Amino acid sequence: MGRKLLLEKAHVENIRLYEVYRREGGYRSVEKALKSMSPDQVTDEVKKSGLRGRGGAGFPTGMKWGFLAKPAGVPRYLVVNADESEPGTFKDRYLMEFIPHLLIEGMITSSYALGSNNSYIYIRGEYAWIVDILEQAIAEARQHGWLGKNILGSGFDCEIHVQRGAGAYICGEETALLESLEGKRGNPRIKPPFPAVKGLWDCPTVVNNVETITAVVPILNDGGEEYAKIGIGKSTGTKLISACGNINKPGVYEIDMTISVEEFIYSDEYCGGIPNGRKLKACIPGGSSVPILPANLLLKTAKGETRMMTYESLADGGFTSGSMMGSGGFIVLDDRQCVVRHTYTLARFYRHESCGQCSPCREGTGWMEKILWNIETGKGKMSDIDLLWDIQRKIEGNTICPLGDAAAWPVAAAIRHFRDEFEWHVNFPQEAQTRNFGLAHYADALELTV
Amino acid sequence: MPVQFSDTTLAEVKKLVARYPDGKHKSALLPVLHLAQDEFGGWLSLETLDYVASVLNLSPIEVYEVATFYSMYNLKPVGKNVFEVCQTGPCMLNGSDEIIAYIREKLGIGPGQTTADGLFTLKTVECLGACGYAPMMQMGKHYREHLTREKVDQIIAESRK
Repeated sequence: MGRKLLLEKAHVENIRLYEVYRREGGYRSVEKALKSMSPDQVTDEVKKSGLRGRGGAGFPTGMKWGFLAKPAGVPRYLVVNADESEPGTFKDRYLMEFIPHLLIEGMITSSYALGSNNSYIYIRGEYAWIVDILEQAIAEARQHGWLGKNILGSGFDCEIHVQRGAGAYICGEETALLESLEGKRGNPRIKPPFPAVKGLWDCPTVVNNVETITAVVPILNDGGEEYAKIGIGKSTGTKLISACGNINKPGVYEIDMTISVEEFIYSDEYCGGIPNGRKLKACIPGGSSVPILPANLLLKTAKGETRMMTYESLADGGFTSGSMMGSGGFIVLDDRQCVVRHTYTLARFYRHESCGQCSPCREGTGWMEKILWNIETGKGKMSDIDLLWDIQRKIEGNTICPLGDAAAWPVAAAIRHFRDEFEWHVNFPQEAQTRNFGLAHYADALELTV
Repeated sequence: MPVQFSDTTLAEVKKLVARYPDGKHKSALLPVLHLAQDEFGGWLSLETLDYVASVLNLSPIEVYEVATFYSMYNLKPVGKNVFEVCQTGPCMLNGSDEIIAYIREKLGIGPGQTTADGLFTLKTVECLGACGYAPMMQMGKHYREHLTREKVDQIIAESRK
């Protein structure tokens, strides 16, 4: 059994309620921080922990906090990014739905460190029922003196507000999120200035993912150094993985970053293997934006080493033969699945979610969707595969925000690793309509599976 | 009948505006549009958008540009029950295409359409963050997950009551 820091108490009956959460040791990190530590000391613990942003980019959280500008007389803000919308990702929802007080506790401690007296949770509009759960937790916390004026006699004031989005993946990008929180369209801002200097209402702002902020609780309770002892290298602590697709036990798992990808997929403690006697064909290990890997490259790196569930190991081989930890949205495809069709649904997603600001993304995502649809439905030409490659290259790196890259990478990786499947669709359009590309080509890969 | 929030909703708007610093009331726009959609029949007419602009003291264009950007705001009337079925990758891997086809067949409408009796609207949507419980759809404030044909039958029957 791996260490559990976030979900340890998730199954305690009624843990959603304040009394139960408090009885189980909740809000100790707030007591510790406000009674015995300065804000900078809290930030130092987070720096020592090696915690990396859990939203997808993996940027060191302590460093991000360290960038926050602190001009006198200007309010600072903590904004929690709960706009979880990356296909394959549903871990933040799990945290908020089942242990809402963990987020509230993490926010109070983090707000103290950052000097934010009004902190906001920006939650995707579709999670409407979770807004009620969070509002209830906030009301309970306020009632028990954890929010409001002069918390625990420390002189620190803090309020938490929940803001509902209204359906836009792009608002998970931090500057688009801030625009949306200001009541505007979610168009990402040009950086610099970064939010740490000019964020919400032009004030210094830190935007952190839900899971990142909840991790601050065990970091404060046990100390940053203890947290850093878990995991391998720069992948410290635990990570939530939301597993889905063709596996026996889809769901949210907390892993300490010491297990292999193979163990994660086949162990009964986690995904429990592939259902119906099917075989593993491919996997997108970190949310729809990261490169898809065929089974052979997923379980072992190109150098033949066991691939581990860590930031470094998942990225081993770069985009040639590796992928990314990303948001931890782990999507498994079994041998019935068509990579062209799956990639088409992702291309459609990115076309739908492009904000339209930058031409390469606005136009390119539409082109990619149409071309993939043609190939999938037997109307594709061989030159279309090269055209797709060309378009994704012209999007990547040429947009204001990373949505362009996020749209380009899945298409690039699908062609890189499954080009024969695209060609098969072009060569055998009739067959492509009635059955999926066979697995013969991946026989070598499949021998690796348990 | 002119568009007008109830007193309860107006009090709610006031509370929303108070969450932001002075002069930053525009931040209340998204939540207030949700309130308006809930109160005025599940969609936002031009008249409603103009009304929201007047309530928040914004120019109408500021409200239009937001209302047209976000996918949850309906700019056309919808049925009493709106089925928003996810069709993105992870749901597709678990049979969302078949579920969408089944709903189309049962209700006799395509995505974006409403049944003649005004009871049902079908929408296909992109990832709702329920990938582990696929296939799924949103109905109002809640998710319906692990959809099967039988479960769709049951939901339709429930909604007809």
